[in-house]
Amino acid sequence: MGELNSIKEIHDLYRKKEITIREVVDYFLKKIKKFDPLVHAFLKVDEDYINREIERVEKLDLNDKYPLYGIPIAIKDNILTKDLTTTCASKILENFIPPYDAEVIRRLKEKGAIIIGKTNLDEFAMGSSTENSAFGPTRNPWDLERVPGGSSGGSAVAVAVGESLLSLGSDTGGSIRQPASFTGVLGLKPTYGLVSRYGLVAFASSLDQIGPFARKVEDLAIILQSIAGYDPKDSTSSPNPIPNYLELLGKSIKGWKIGVPKEMWEKGVSEEVLNVLKESLNILERDLGAKLIEISLPSMEYALPTYYLIATSEASSNLARYDGIHYGYRNKEQKDLISLYKVSRGEGFGSEVKRRIILGTYALSAGYYDAYYLKAAKVRTIIRKEFESAFKNVDIIISPTSPILPFKLGEKIEDPLQMYLCDIMTIPVNLAGIPAISVPAGFKDNLPVGLQFMGPFFSEDKLLQISYAFQKIVDFSEKYPNLEMR
Amino acid sequence: MKDFIQQLKKTAHLARLNLTEEEVEIYSKQLEDILNYFQKLQELDTSNVEPMAHVLPLNNIWREDEIKESMDQELILMNAPEVENNCFKVPKIVKED
Repeated sequence: MGELNSIKEIHDLYRKKEITIREVVDYFLKKIKKFDPLVHAFLKVDEDYINREIERVEKLDLNDKYPLYGIPIAIKDNILTKDLTTTCASKILENFIPPYDAEVIRRLKEKGAIIIGKTNLDEFAMGSSTENSAFGPTRNPWDLERVPGGSSGGSAVAVAVGESLLSLGSDTGGSIRQPASFTGVLGLKPTYGLVSRYGLVAFASSLDQIGPFARKVEDLAIILQSIAGYDPKDSTSSPNPIPNYLELLGKSIKGWKIGVPKEMWEKGVSEEVLNVLKESLNILERDLGAKLIEISLPSMEYALPTYYLIATSEASSNLARYDGIHYGYRNKEQKDLISLYKVSRGEGFGSEVKRRIILGTYALSAGYYDAYYLKAAKVRTIIRKEFESAFKNVDIIISPTSPILPFKLGEKIEDPLQMYLCDIMTIPVNLAGIPAISVPAGFKDNLPVGLQFMGPFFSEDKLLQISYAFQKIVDFSEKYPNLEMR
Repeated sequence: MKDFIQQLKKTAHLARLNLTEEEVEIYSKQLEDILNYFQKLQELDTSNVEPMAHVLPLNNIWREDEIKESMDQELILMNAPEVENNCFKVPKIVKED
């Protein structure tokens, strides 16, 4: 059997009765057994759970009601899965078994998907390299000495090496798109409010969104269709009706106006990345007939401090729930309540999480609130307005997904500010709440480079359309890292 | 620097986080760097800008006040580190005089 690259391929095999659900799952489990000792994308693969998943789906029939029928999907370990541990890659939740499924999990199951396992991340999704996992880092399959990006590094790598056909991640400041770029797969961060956050462990609630990874744009559209849409259990969920995300795939993008913000293509972007992506710009103009228009988003340079102030402030509040009482790690030696909180949290959280809780608490504390949090909330308004006015003149905005190629493990971990700077291209999108996709655009010395398409609110259909057109010409969806040699 | 270390310790207390002396030393250096970098925001004039807490215009969403099934007590307690008589167990919080 060759590689299984798409939902369509697998469904065709099911229809012809050439393969069973169990055989498909075994195909992916075999890859996990073979490759995961090298890349460590998974935190949990529970064969009993998977057997129950297979039995559940075997009772269904392959038809339009089940667009994900018999399709294995890996889930970032900060999305709650009933009866399957959800650790957030933190010691504080090491043994946590969720009593309910996140809304996205409920929807995936309803559409016939099979949850194959839980993937590694930076603890509580805080990081850009997946090195901050309490259970050891994930490695980049294109070069095992390098990081896969983060925080959804495990979900990106699972798809990149073919341990799972699809996966879900979460994106607060680039945590889907940057690892997608670093590992050569597609990653989509939907419009804020499009996908329910019910059952996503909260990091920064005004920025967090769940989104999918896939090899093919069509599959990205199918999984988005399955998880998007109003959920009364998430008070920030959008009640807008959702379009058919497959409808525009294959349609021309001729004449589309594509904004190229000079701030995102000049300063701070490495030569290697620029060289690959300049060819992408040519393809859009020459082969696909789009019009490139230079634009300016002058406040982009303020996005990074704005983001880290807002994200850490919200995190300091959200992570107050880990108190050693209701669930999670507890130091049982403590004799009074305050010590119980302090020691349990001090021992349970890793160093980046503690750093961010302190930073956020500081930014919100009396005397600093106006200068830090409130200032950032105002700058956020400016950034959002800049995008809004830009989209009056262009259909899509493009940028590199990451300013640099995947870096080496250990290279930035001692210097948090350098690590934060990795997110410079992706965080403006979360601040504005708009959707964006990272699409594999090429390779430099066998390391993947991603291109980011950003669109106005709820323009996922158009983002998928342009990504589909681009992938028709630049197609790495059947290219796999060569791990066989080792 | 010494002032900042005091502030850091106070902040850690407010956040209910125990830090080792070594952590205090590392964090104080790192957080000073980060906060200095964040000073960049002061360059921008925001005197006429409204702060933004949320992306979407959020309005009240009304629903009928219906009784729905809630989670079993057993499920709620199943991840608790210490339970007694179907309650979360905590250390004594009332001081004896």
